[in-house]
Amino acid sequence: MRELRTEILVIGAGPAGIAAAVSAERAGARALLVDMQSEPGGQVWRGQWDKPTNRQSRRWIAALRQSPVECRYGLRLVDFAAPGLAVFDGPDGSLRVRCERLVVATGARERLLPFPGWTLPGVFGAGGLQVLVKNGWPVAGKRVVVAGSGPLLLAAASSLRAAGAQVLLVAEQAAAADLARFAARLASHPAKLVQAAALRLRLAGVPYRSSAWVERADGDEQLRSVRLRIGRYSERLDCDALAVGFGLVPNIEIAQLLGCTLADGAVVVDEQQHSSVAGIYFAGEACGIGGVDQALIQGEIAGRAAAGSARLSFGLRRARARSERFARALDRHFTLRDELRHLAAADTVLCRCENVGYGAAQVCRSQRDARLQTRLGMGHCQGRVCGAACAFLFGWDAATPRPPLAPVPLSCFTASPTEENPQESP
Amino acid sequence: MPAEVRIRVDGVVVSVPAGCSVAAALCHAGRGATRQALDGAPRAACCGMGVCFECRVRIDGIERLGCLTRVAEGMEIGCDA
Repeated sequence: MRELRTEILVIGAGPAGIAAAVSAERAGARALLVDMQSEPGGQVWRGQWDKPTNRQSRRWIAALRQSPVECRYGLRLVDFAAPGLAVFDGPDGSLRVRCERLVVATGARERLLPFPGWTLPGVFGAGGLQVLVKNGWPVAGKRVVVAGSGPLLLAAASSLRAAGAQVLLVAEQAAAADLARFAARLASHPAKLVQAAALRLRLAGVPYRSSAWVERADGDEQLRSVRLRIGRYSERLDCDALAVGFGLVPNIEIAQLLGCTLADGAVVVDEQQHSSVAGIYFAGEACGIGGVDQALIQGEIAGRAAAGSARLSFGLRRARARSERFARALDRHFTLRDELRHLAAADTVLCRCENVGYGAAQVCRSQRDARLQTRLGMGHCQGRVCGAACAFLFGWDAATPRPPLAPVPLSCFTASPTEENPQESP
Repeated sequence: MPAEVRIRVDGVVVSVPAGCSVAAALCHAGRGATRQALDGAPRAACCGMGVCFECRVRIDGIERLGCLTRVAEGMEIGCDA
């Protein structure tokens, strides 16, 4: 087992983590950046390390390349063996990192909700299919339905089309009136991108329907068709893939593990992005869904604060206030409708890992009760998928995760560490 | 013509585009499913970002996620994880 030492450990190399690590180094601290993917960028800048496609990613990726930040990829955090001692697992075995302060920038995941047929091969998250395609998933010529909720649907549909998919329909569950109100707030930068994506789709002739959602997916070994509810009508569409996601949920497992205060499913931080636990900062969507602009600003603030440079410039404060307005608009206008709570049948799988049905879970009192009674949330994904679904379906609080945060070989905890100097490694 | 690498999927040699993820490679190789659920139903990549664990496969003998791993020449992939 290898062991590294650093002053500031940054977990997650998406926009928030990159900004945090670069800013910490600029403020005079030593930072180590770790991510479970094989390269930096997170989900939003996936595949952009070698070819950035916009000004923002070009600027920050160049900054990271030029920065002395030590980077390690392909490593997933599984536990803290002690305060300030993180344990990661990866293809080359485990790695321990001793740090003085910690910045967590683990972003968000998609909210996936159960409906009959949602476990069929060919049914993906909306952002899920988008990132799979960025990593070479062949989608050219395939008929794809994009469904769920939020601006991510437009971005996903846009990039699927660009990769050669035939996007049959974008089904947004929110009502037209809410979408109009969201569009009316399009003054800030991220919202403009949403607007541009919508425009491109319209020009390309892709239908975008509001008050529309997938009721079921059908197929034998593979998805063949979906049944949609569009307003008062029901419609069947033959398709090869369904990309369906109902907004994003903050990844808070690390905050739960460390005992940080949470509110509304997100990590509570102060003006310096500092959590309720000393020396532990959070940046980006773990603190609430707000898009890439907000992630970058929070990352910059967290990195500087962790490096001991606490003063916030006027520009940073103003940028943060602007990004927060966008986050609030997102929340208000893409509220999930009640009908989505009633799509699953009693025998529809809710916990995909342990094959626990919706009916079996429904009679439980809490996530913990469901764990004890049915093994819901106790499989490989440790409740990352069904936990967020249960929060929406039944109003359950997320159960506290137990280490390890992911399945790992026993050697991850038993082998004795060998010290490795971060400055000397390649 | 993009560069290709040769991998083995459940013992069968296939050529797939270099640089793609293992999840994508399995799709190129015509494998719809990465694993079987407890009831035997086929499952495949879903979240694309290392959250759902549906694309877990055995890569050179070790269980890993297909969506987070890049293909490499000579990789041995088993869909029995």
